[in-house]
Amino acid sequence: MILAMDTPMAPPSDDKRWKIVEATIRRNGAADHSLIEVLHTVQQAFGYLDDPSLKFVASQLRLPLAKVYGVATFYHFFQLKPQGEHTCVVCMGTACYIKGANKLMAMAKQKHDLEDGGTTPDGKVSLLTARCLGSCSLAPAVVYDGDVAGRVEEDQMHARFEEWKK
Amino acid sequence: MTPEELTQMRDQTRQKKSDCKHCVNVCTAAGCLSLRSDQLKDAIDKAVHHAGRQDEVTVKSVGCMGLCSGGPLVSVESGDDEVMYHDVKPEDAGELVQSLDTEPVKRLQCPSDMPFFTQQTKIVLENSGKIDPELLEDYIANDGYAALTKALTEMSPEDVIKEVQTSGLRGRGGGGYPTGLKWSTVAKSPGQKKYVICNADEGDPGAFMDRSVLESDPHRVLEGMALAAYAVGADAGYIYVRAEYPLAIARLKRAIRQAERAGLLGAHIGGSTFRFMIELRLGAGAFVCGEETALIASVEGKRGQPRPRPPYPAQRGLWGCPTLINNVETFANIAPIVRNGGDWFASIGTEKAKGTKVFALAGKINNTGLIEVPMGISLREIVENIGGGVPDGKQFKAVQTGGPSGGCIPIDHLDMPVEYDTLKQLGSIMGSGGMIIMDETSNMVDVARYFMEFCMSESCGKCVPCRVGTWQMHELLTKIIAGEAAPKDLDLLKELCEVVQNTSLCGLGMTSPNPVLSTLRYFEHEYLERLNTNGHGATAEAASTEGA
Repeated sequence: MILAMDTPMAPPSDDKRWKIVEATIRRNGAADHSLIEVLHTVQQAFGYLDDPSLKFVASQLRLPLAKVYGVATFYHFFQLKPQGEHTCVVCMGTACYIKGANKLMAMAKQKHDLEDGGTTPDGKVSLLTARCLGSCSLAPAVVYDGDVAGRVEEDQMHARFEEWKK
Repeated sequence: MTPEELTQMRDQTRQKKSDCKHCVNVCTAAGCLSLRSDQLKDAIDKAVHHAGRQDEVTVKSVGCMGLCSGGPLVSVESGDDEVMYHDVKPEDAGELVQSLDTEPVKRLQCPSDMPFFTQQTKIVLENSGKIDPELLEDYIANDGYAALTKALTEMSPEDVIKEVQTSGLRGRGGGGYPTGLKWSTVAKSPGQKKYVICNADEGDPGAFMDRSVLESDPHRVLEGMALAAYAVGADAGYIYVRAEYPLAIARLKRAIRQAERAGLLGAHIGGSTFRFMIELRLGAGAFVCGEETALIASVEGKRGQPRPRPPYPAQRGLWGCPTLINNVETFANIAPIVRNGGDWFASIGTEKAKGTKVFALAGKINNTGLIEVPMGISLREIVENIGGGVPDGKQFKAVQTGGPSGGCIPIDHLDMPVEYDTLKQLGSIMGSGGMIIMDETSNMVDVARYFMEFCMSESCGKCVPCRVGTWQMHELLTKIIAGEAAPKDLDLLKELCEVVQNTSLCGLGMTSPNPVLSTLRYFEHEYLERLNTNGHGATAEAASTEGA
């Protein structure tokens, strides 16, 4: 078990994006209660949270790694695996569900062998689900690489996946 | 900003607006924005410039106008006249600008006598769709921060609490706890340091009221929080907002910066000795964080797990200090109450539920979108009149309120008034305001399983009844849907509902059986139809052993 370390360790690599993470840590005075904020920054910069980044954050905030890992796994928003080149988030809120979001998921499974949290073997497309995007008037809603699309049909989503896979 | 400067800015902005002959408002809240209303706004801007009328026509981005199903929405204000357009495309920009001094474009116009617009009473949403949420002066022109100035110059903190108590406002996040009482508890709690937290972790699927308020009128929420802080004696506040709402976060950040620069947040607010700072905290996708003690844990950077109450956050909340937690809509009601007086607010609504409530209409209904109606209005009025009924000639079946903690209300009870107590009697709850309409094609057992799946995966795992109970109930519902359940499985489900309801630690667990109980109450035949009564459940037994 790794407990809180005495001296904060250096960033895992000389990737420039760590500067952004370090800036967030500094802005929060490396306070332990800024953990979620810092994890958000890491994920925003790198797309997901890997082991070295969790260890780095733990040492910087002087928190036990177990606690950092506990928080990272508790919240759905944090991804512990690298994502594909493109991501598609299907909203599974009540309105979207009533209007056929599960059909979209079935299509992804059937035609692309993709399930929630999965990525195609070529690393091109990742499929995720969201609890509710709050775009209920556009149900069923899907987020393609950060852009919300409304009233999505199976063929449309299939076509988008095919395009991404090229 | 001193009160005098505030009045000056208000009058200047109002003057500027009345100098303009036409004001074209384009909705840029999330719904319309995902239908590319930003491009539409650019196209209208270009068309205005092309016609050389930029001096007399203002084009601005505004917040949600409510009728999201008709997006992108545009409204044109010419003096006292207002024309509303739906489904506007960038190609229509030229025609729209040309029509400004003549007849409105008929093919895009929303009928002005549409019940969707005429039957609403707007308090929380009064600025939504009217002001540019990114401009402080627009909010000020609509009496923004007038309530805060009034409180700081003419009222003591006790007066503010009294006004809120008189108003009869109850928490809009779902619980319906009297807001004034909560405020006075926090104010009376001993302690040097106190906090105000705004719960903007709108987790109920199918609810988007808070998102819309934050995107359309962020200063309104900040002002409400500042008034609360003044009343209870807090000097720091947090807004806990979902990470899934990027636009709301961006607009809140901007609003906080603007208010700080204008001296409406920070030290010496409005030239007084009152100080109050607001910080944002992003959620990370955990439904349980809507529960106040879990939310506090999350603000502290921990896993969002609830703890037993008492002590209530009003006594011991964030970092052990007395903490006031209210929901976005509750805070949005505060400024008008302080400005117009508690009696004014109490004159709207019913005996036990005052004021208005914002609802998000979604599902199988013609007019999906956001509405604000007085408390006590009938469900029928909402569904059939304002909502425009069920599309495709289908039959209305039930309305689901309160999200995963709520229930389904069938057609026979459509004439019941919407207020906290009646909805509770019907086996549902007011909740935060999501209303999902279901038609005859919706299968109620499937709906119950959908919500149970939600509660199962959102259970934080701290207490056994919720962690294990929701999983077991989900299994039983799956068995029923597959036609493999015996009558005794249904009895077991009912028993489990009771156990989970009575023994869970927090609201998530306690209310998780509600969707099952309410569908059982009104649609039990749908469960019974799926039971396997041949061989007294022998197949069911076999299937469950196999599954294990």
